[in-house]
Amino acid sequence: MFEAIKHNMETISGVEIYPMISLSIFFVFFVALALWVATYTKTKIAEMSEIPLKD
Amino acid sequence: MEMQQFYYDNKIVKKFIYATVVFGVVGMLVGLLLAIMFIFPNITDGISWLSFGRLRPLHTNAVIFAFVGNAMFAGIYYSMQRLLKARMFSDVLSNIHFWGWQLIIVAAAITLPLGYTSSKEYAELEWPIDIAIALIWVVFGINMIGTILRRRERHMYVAIWFYIATFVTVAVLHIFNSLALPVDGLKSYSAYAGVQDALVQWWYGHNAVAFFLTTPFLGLMYYFVPKAANRPVYSYRLSIVHFWSLIFIYIWAGPHHLLYSALPTWAQNLGVVFSVMLIAPSWGGMINGLLTLRGVWDKVRTEPVLKFFVVAITGYGMATFEGPMLSLKNVNAIAHYTDWIVAHVHVGALAWNGFLTFGMVYWLLPRMTKGQLFSQKLANFHFWIGTLGIIIYALPMYVAGFTQASMWKQFNPDGTLTYGNFLETVTQIIPMYWMRMIGGSMYIIGMFVMVYNVVVTVRRNNAVQDEAAEAPALEKISPSRLKGEKFHGWLERKPVQLTLLATVAILIGGIIQIVPTIMVKSNIPTIASVKPYTPLELEGRDLYIREGCVGCHSQLIRPFRSEVERYGPQAKAGEFVYDRPFLWGSKRTGPDLERIGGKYNDNWHFNHMWDPQSTSSGSIMPGYKWLFDNKEMNFADIEAKMKTLQKLGVPYTDQEIAGAKEAMLKQASMIQKNLESDPDYVKSYEDSKKAAAKNGENFVPMEKREIVAMIAYIQRLGTDIKVKETAQK
Repeated sequence: MFEAIKHNMETISGVEIYPMISLSIFFVFFVALALWVATYTKTKIAEMSEIPLKD
Repeated sequence: MEMQQFYYDNKIVKKFIYATVVFGVVGMLVGLLLAIMFIFPNITDGISWLSFGRLRPLHTNAVIFAFVGNAMFAGIYYSMQRLLKARMFSDVLSNIHFWGWQLIIVAAAITLPLGYTSSKEYAELEWPIDIAIALIWVVFGINMIGTILRRRERHMYVAIWFYIATFVTVAVLHIFNSLALPVDGLKSYSAYAGVQDALVQWWYGHNAVAFFLTTPFLGLMYYFVPKAANRPVYSYRLSIVHFWSLIFIYIWAGPHHLLYSALPTWAQNLGVVFSVMLIAPSWGGMINGLLTLRGVWDKVRTEPVLKFFVVAITGYGMATFEGPMLSLKNVNAIAHYTDWIVAHVHVGALAWNGFLTFGMVYWLLPRMTKGQLFSQKLANFHFWIGTLGIIIYALPMYVAGFTQASMWKQFNPDGTLTYGNFLETVTQIIPMYWMRMIGGSMYIIGMFVMVYNVVVTVRRNNAVQDEAAEAPALEKISPSRLKGEKFHGWLERKPVQLTLLATVAILIGGIIQIVPTIMVKSNIPTIASVKPYTPLELEGRDLYIREGCVGCHSQLIRPFRSEVERYGPQAKAGEFVYDRPFLWGSKRTGPDLERIGGKYNDNWHFNHMWDPQSTSSGSIMPGYKWLFDNKEMNFADIEAKMKTLQKLGVPYTDQEIAGAKEAMLKQASMIQKNLESDPDYVKSYEDSKKAAAKNGENFVPMEKREIVAMIAYIQRLGTDIKVKETAQK
């Protein structure tokens, strides 16, 4: 897949970094998301999920 | 703490619900008419504004933007006020939003049948209506964000996040995809050409499905399913992961609509990888929705609202399993251009959007009118006939899709195509089209039953009143993080920051995908022999767009032996550089036309466009008799059209533009000469001349009628490459 990318984009200098950047953005995004969700307390989660039932 | 009294605006919800029901019936009836046309192609013979090509975009636009759109707004206006414990920000904006949206729908219902179309799927409306959509969308956004800022509930429930993402992303997609240079009040040329236009269009098309048909409805699911089941969502943590991963990944997957096309391989592969990943958040959301019903499955047996929700969420699960599968190249090679795709989108639209909407309507109406639903039995009947309708619609379309694909690809031992005549693959699946029509009819019968149930319920119960509520005002706290407050706690009470972050999440994928294709010129190899269209061909192309030919005919030959054998050499990116908009199409009810030029003579096309069955027995193409009308083709603005294209970079010289009309007549008279080689044509032409003289009508010579421009365009298709090949020999 990277070969295919490079072939089409070789006119951009330093294009090799392109897929690497994409992959890192992706990796960082999901690690951050997992951390984010993990740090909620149980009571907070319960409180938030009750919102629709309290109107 | 002091309680504040206020009223929830129920009247705006009521308006959107009524509009949902009305436009649902209209949009689906147009769909049924189209389904009937597959069996009786000439049922609206001679009526241009009721022809298949013009009605197809009306059907898709009505169902997506009128039916699902109004349903989405009804649900958002109801749930958002309650989730935020606040009335909508401004009643005036709410009403501008409602009436503006309905006016846009009416404008679409008038312009599309009249042939004013950009021909880009789900974005067919011409530029003035596009601008109106953008303005009304902004009104909706201001109203929503204003309400969020005035809320009395600190935390924004996950449904609100889905609504915010919907607003932001649809705005971005709509604006970038609709960029075009106007020729006049109702005609424009796309700012992008060929491959770039295709990439932008399917980045839009794919994400219109994601952010118009999916994210708002997921928000509704996260509100209405817990309400109907009377228990909180199965996992709120999962819903947070669902939200961020869905909006982050969805936007990358657009190119899976263009596999095996002339799009650069890297963009295709990127689309595939992300499409496969999409199954994770989609199924996470589906499981979250279904498991919310844990412990209340007994209620599902008796409560029609929950029945509708279960089938809706199951339909979401099926469609989002199928989507990633369809984006695998080997599966796509079979499914693309066939009726399989029609089945796929209808599982999404009829089950996910339709049934969630119906469940929501049945849940909302008794509450808003402070009474009971008129008939649970009728609602149950609606559920069953609707469910059966979906199955009887979808299954035959799957069979039809596989049949088409396998017949298109079948070879004889001597290397020729087994079904070299495309028509054989059409007549084979007519029984499937019958079944589809029956399934669709059942679904619509269910819809009518709902209309009756709704009308009687509203009549019997109380008039819809704004609902009193009370809640304490939010205490003012520091905009910065409080002591001990975690980052997400802070972010989730800061709507503006949350919106910005969601925007960043969707832009990353968009930028990574779009920028290289737009910026790098070498992505689109230029072919020296590819020349701009002549003035007559350009007019013909605009007629091809006006008549919606792209709804049934692709112009893109994929790199398969079966397609090269049937249609000619595979498509190359450089062939489309003057195509504004691109006309690759997404469905082959008829054969591909990329290289149709020169395959038949002018007379064949002349007869075929008049009466397709006369040249192609068993064809389900309708005739286009109005192209032959005894009136002059309107080519008054050909110079304006060419100048617009010149501004966009098409190398027309000023001399060519000045001599456009002359050049048109010259080319047209050559076609007329070709036509005269057929004695039958000469006879009927002389007859019609005499008839006109007898009736005292002005007789317009054939060379000045629309059909000649259409023939000129069709005969041009794919011939540029042939020029090159002949020259090389």
